[in-house]
Amino acid sequence: MAILECNELVKTYGHAPALDHLNLSIEPGHILGLLGPNGSGKTTLIKLANGLLTPTSGQVLVNGAVPGKDTHAIVSYLPERTCIPLWMSTRKLLDFYQDFYADFRRDRAEEMLQHLSIRMDQTIRQMSKGTREKVQLIMVMSRAAKLYLLDEPIGGVDPATRDYILNTIINNYDPEAAVIISTHLIADVEQVLDEVIFINQGQVILQSSVDQIREEKGMSVDALFREVFKC
Amino acid sequence: MKWQFSNDAPIYSQLIEQIKVGIVSGAFPPGERLPSVRDLAVEAGVNPNTMQRALTELERDGLVYSQRTAGRFVTEDRGMIETAKQSLAEYQIQNFLTAMVRLGYEKEEIMTLVRQGNAGEELRNGDSGM
Repeated sequence: MAILECNELVKTYGHAPALDHLNLSIEPGHILGLLGPNGSGKTTLIKLANGLLTPTSGQVLVNGAVPGKDTHAIVSYLPERTCIPLWMSTRKLLDFYQDFYADFRRDRAEEMLQHLSIRMDQTIRQMSKGTREKVQLIMVMSRAAKLYLLDEPIGGVDPATRDYILNTIINNYDPEAAVIISTHLIADVEQVLDEVIFINQGQVILQSSVDQIREEKGMSVDALFREVFKC
Repeated sequence: MKWQFSNDAPIYSQLIEQIKVGIVSGAFPPGERLPSVRDLAVEAGVNPNTMQRALTELERDGLVYSQRTAGRFVTEDRGMIETAKQSLAEYQIQNFLTAMVRLGYEKEEIMTLVRQGNAGEELRNGDSGM
């Protein structure tokens, strides 16, 4: 069964449509890139799947269910902006995740934090932007979720941090789950993805495997994106 | 091992190529156990499914083999490794010749250049494809 499914999904903000009768179906066992230019509807789609927004019409289903309490238990979400409370220490943050999510693997999170030499009594406020991004990703990837929704996980970080983040995603990959990465930094994530979805003006315009694109078009996904979305 | 990817070919076929080079060059010695799919994927920075696909194809070719519980191993058949080495060499020569022909050289001129050992300078400006 599809882990994420959208049927004729519409979301409008006032009169402006963000998603326009969008259809897609995503199976577990993939790391999938949700790719599109700014304003194409990527974040809206992820927020709908998280139940942070409600559809104007149509349907979004996570593991066959409308987003709600049950789906929150199986969806691990990394928002576009770091949203962990600044006053919390690393230890408090671990407690927080453990309290909220039954699938949180604290030992794994601690191991990854230790690897980065992050102290347990250090507060989020004391951390650099890059470290905050890493810590939040560690929390998100330490859950044994069925669906990971990562909204721009590599935006605005240095190349070394980017490598760390991508490695963390590969390292925690579970063939029973699906990871969806929204980004427009395609060249950086292309190797990590096995499938991509291009979205534009609120509609899916392409769903394909990365190697199929490379095989059939003789170009990278990044090059194809530049061609399709040429300004 | 250093992993590098170009933009014009599927990633799985580039992985096959580079693992073959690893086997031929001895970075993965005959009979040795390969790292797990996940570890190899992390090392190369690629999708684990893509790495799995590359290893499955290498297995089909016989260069690596699986033992149900112990993992994947490099073949001990040195003849097979030698054959792989030759086909990699042929591929490199083909790429080299294509690039030289694009530069406007005739076969005889190319042979002369290679023999003189001057080819290095010419090559640096050419597109050898690797």
